[in-house]
Amino acid sequence: MSVLISRQGDYLIASVVSDLSDSQVVALRSELIDRACALRARGIILDVGGLDVIDSFVARSLRSIALTMRLRGAETVVVGIRPEVAIAMVQFDLDLVPIHAALDIDEAFLLLEHRIEGNSEDER
Amino acid sequence: MDTEATKTAQSSGAGDEINDRLLNELVGHLRSNRKALTEEWVGRVTEEQLLGVMTSEEIFSELTAVYDNYVDALETGSVETLQAYARDLSERIIPRGVETHEVVGIVLLLRDVLARSLFVKYEGDGELLNQVLDAYEPAANRIAVTVSVSFVEERERVIREQQESIQELSTPVLQVRERLLILPIIGVLDSQRARQLTEQLLQAIRTNRAKVVVVDITGVAAIDLTVANHLFHTIEASRLMGASVIVTGLSSRIAQTLVDLDVDLSMIKTVGDLQGGLEEAELLMGYGSAGANPADD
Repeated sequence: MSVLISRQGDYLIASVVSDLSDSQVVALRSELIDRACALRARGIILDVGGLDVIDSFVARSLRSIALTMRLRGAETVVVGIRPEVAIAMVQFDLDLVPIHAALDIDEAFLLLEHRIEGNSEDER
Repeated sequence: MDTEATKTAQSSGAGDEINDRLLNELVGHLRSNRKALTEEWVGRVTEEQLLGVMTSEEIFSELTAVYDNYVDALETGSVETLQAYARDLSERIIPRGVETHEVVGIVLLLRDVLARSLFVKYEGDGELLNQVLDAYEPAANRIAVTVSVSFVEERERVIREQQESIQELSTPVLQVRERLLILPIIGVLDSQRARQLTEQLLQAIRTNRAKVVVVDITGVAAIDLTVANHLFHTIEASRLMGASVIVTGLSSRIAQTLVDLDVDLSMIKTVGDLQGGLEEAELLMGYGSAGANPADD
C-alpha cells in the first residue's frame, strides 16, 4: 500500500508515500472517511509530500475528502505540497478553497487546533 | 583553421586565381586612395545625417578605422578581425543610441563609394571593370553582412543582459522576520514574470518556512483580468504551501478596476498599505504562537 494511515490522539494522519492510481485515490478516500468516522477523529492530516504530481482528479479528490469530513464535523489539512505541484494545481480552475494546507505536520497540528478551537467558540 | 580552409577553398580553381589577382590590385587601389575615399565616405555619411549622436571628429576617426579594417578584410578574405572590430565598435556606440538602420546605411554607403571609385578607375575598360566588380561585390557583400550582423548581435546581447538583470532585480522575496516574507511587485506583471515570481515565492516559503506573505503591489501601475488571475494563482499556490497571503498597496484605481471587472475578492485578504499589512501579518503570526503554546490560554 502506498498510503500509511496512523492515529494520533483525535487526529488521523495519512501519509501518501508514492504516486497513486485513480482507483487507489478512490480507495484512499473511502478508507479515510470510514476510519475517521469509526475513530470519531476531529481532524485529518493528509501528507502528500510523496506525490510528484497532483492531477486534477487527485486535486478534486482532496477537495471532496475535505468537504465530506467537514460534514462529519472534522477538519482536513493537506501538508507537503511541493512548489511545482502547487503551481500546477492552481491552473486546474478548481475551487481549492475547501482544501486547507500547511507546510508540514507540526504546522498542520497547530492549524487544526486553531480551527477546531475556533469552531467550538463559534458554536458557543 | 576555418579561415585557412576558406582561403584554400577560395584560391582553388583558375577563375579564383584571377579573382585573387584583381582583388590584390583592388586593395592596392583602395590603399593608395585611402584619404580621398574616406573623406568622400564621411561626407556622404554626414550628408545623409547618419550617426547624428557623434561629433564630426569622432565620425572621421571611427570611419577611418572601419575603412582600414574593411580593406584588410577584402585583402585577407577573413572577416574575423573586422567582426571583432565591429563588435567592439557596436559596444561603444549602442549606449549612445546609434540605430541599426544607421549602421547598415554606413556600410552600404562605403560599398557604394568604393564601387563608384572603381567605375571611375576602370572607366575605359568595360571587360576589366566587370571582372573587378565580380571580385569586389561578393567580398563587399560578405563584409556588409558581417558588420550589420555583428551590430545586431551585439545589440541583442545587450538587450538580453538587461532583461536578465531586470528579471533578477524584479522579484526580490524579503524576509522581514522569522516566517514573515514580503514580496514587493514593481512594474508590469506578464505571464512569464508572474510564473517566475510564483516559483521564487514558493521556494522562499519552503526555505524560510513562511507562515505569512505580504504581497505589496504599490508599484503596479495598472491591472487587468489576466494580471489579476496571475495574482490569484500566486496567492492560491502560496496558500497550498501553507502560507497566508495579505495583499497590500492596491491603489484606488486598481481597486476600482477589480470591482468593475467583477473579480471575486472575498477570498483574498487585502490591507490598504504595507504598514497595515505588516500589522495584520503580526496578528496572524500571533495566532500561530498562541496555538503553539495552548497552555498560555
